[in-house]
Amino acid sequence: MLKKRLVLTFPQTLVEEPITYRLIKDYDLVVNILRARISREEEGRLIIEISGEKEALDKGLNYLKKIGVAIQPLAKDVRWLEDRCTHCTVCVPLCPTEAIVVDREKMEISFDKDRCIVCGACIPACPYKAVEILF
Amino acid sequence: MAKTLAEINEKIKKGKAVVVTAEEIIDLVDEKGIKKAAQEVDVVTSATFGPMCSSGIYLNIGHSKPKIKLGGGKAYLNEVPVYTGIAAVDFYLGATALPDDDPRNRVHPGEFKYGGGHVIEDLVAGKDAKLVATTYATDCYPRKSLETWINLKDVNEAVLFNPRNAYQNYNVAVNLSGRVIYTYMGILQPNLGNANYCSAGQLSPLFNDPYYKTIGVGTRIFLGGGVGYVVWQGTQHNPTAPRTEKGVPRSSAGTIAVLGDLKQMSSEWLKGTSMTGYGVTLSVGIGVPIPILNEEILLYTAVKDEEILAQIVDYSEAYPQRKSGSLGEVSYAQLKSGKIAVQGKEVPTGSLSSYAKARKIASLLKDWIRKGEFLLTEPVELLPSVESGITFKPLKERPIK
Repeated sequence: MLKKRLVLTFPQTLVEEPITYRLIKDYDLVVNILRARISREEEGRLIIEISGEKEALDKGLNYLKKIGVAIQPLAKDVRWLEDRCTHCTVCVPLCPTEAIVVDREKMEISFDKDRCIVCGACIPACPYKAVEILF
Repeated sequence: MAKTLAEINEKIKKGKAVVVTAEEIIDLVDEKGIKKAAQEVDVVTSATFGPMCSSGIYLNIGHSKPKIKLGGGKAYLNEVPVYTGIAAVDFYLGATALPDDDPRNRVHPGEFKYGGGHVIEDLVAGKDAKLVATTYATDCYPRKSLETWINLKDVNEAVLFNPRNAYQNYNVAVNLSGRVIYTYMGILQPNLGNANYCSAGQLSPLFNDPYYKTIGVGTRIFLGGGVGYVVWQGTQHNPTAPRTEKGVPRSSAGTIAVLGDLKQMSSEWLKGTSMTGYGVTLSVGIGVPIPILNEEILLYTAVKDEEILAQIVDYSEAYPQRKSGSLGEVSYAQLKSGKIAVQGKEVPTGSLSSYAKARKIASLLKDWIRKGEFLLTEPVELLPSVESGITFKPLKERPIK
């Protein structure tokens, strides 16, 4: 089993194409949508975590390329700078995936990178610049 | 059995004082009862760490050759303007000051990456700061401009002087509107998306001495990692705020003005703070020792989060428009659980005040006292309490025609 985090960018003409359905149904892949942004004026952007057998994954990604979807690895990363963090917890309610959680006994924060979808909501919320997005 | 402060200090000097934090005293009282706990315990340490805008430093940088008079001129530290309207080489730098060319909220929400609070953190961390000044010449101070690096270790005096810190209670901020708002209470999501609070609750100094029976002018405290003093009541001190039966204010009430030698302090307890869309400030760590002079004072220090209530306030309309009215009352126990109910909706909570750091300060101060390094002081004068009748007045605006 292989797992990848990808940013899919597709032109307006493909907005109607049920690509997630195809990836699951035709290529037997597990697709987890982390973020999606599709608007009429803009191109569509989908951040997915995709997993499956190597062969199926290659075929699925080939299908995407063929229909005109641009594929990039999710290269952004949120980094928690623990030495700048004061554990105030003001960022906690803004995290949509509970990647930032509070140990209620210690009243201290921890950051689970695997749950983070790099939405960036914590970045402007942190008064101490203790989180940053890396490209 | 009542104790005097002198007796407590004698025990501290001998290394025999029994010192516990404002958190530990809760269990101790539950376990032993008020009477026994009051006999055994000499000092309870309280603490808080959070953004406190009414903070700043004054410096005396020494005289240049030839001399310059900054007073009446303009001066900047790391591009941040300082207040020079005092003597020749004294100036005050406020926590919320911003560089002249900071874009503020021109493109909303502004980032406010660097300002007075950050300069203070940098100085305390031992970093050089760039001083640029322009002024007018006099016969005794002929120089008109100055550009130099300065460092905390080289200046004569460096004093942290905060006119209002350690608020006794604060609002819980929410947003009833349909758009995101950016406030000094953090980013508030629309339609009750989150609720932000700012107090260390049961650890917070003034909650542990709600009528200011031990804290006053001259109280020696932990300030920013060094030793400081309470020098006055803070601005907006409001002892007549409504209180619970046990005397705990239900909304913002007392405040303290504090002062201490900046050179002793550390950047772990003084942190430059950026509030998106709002501005910059300084987060300050404060620890206040409370001498257990009698059972009544001990009882106050045993206050728990469950018994401390705060008001939920809408920051999209009620707060900015100065409309009275609370959306409800919640306890710090509820706030610290991570969610509260507002208008029938479950709302996740976040804090601006760091309970983890407050806990660490209370514990550090406890160690200082236990080791005999920190003696308690008798206040010269207690802070004005309920009987003073002092209230926090709004501005009486008289338009100039």
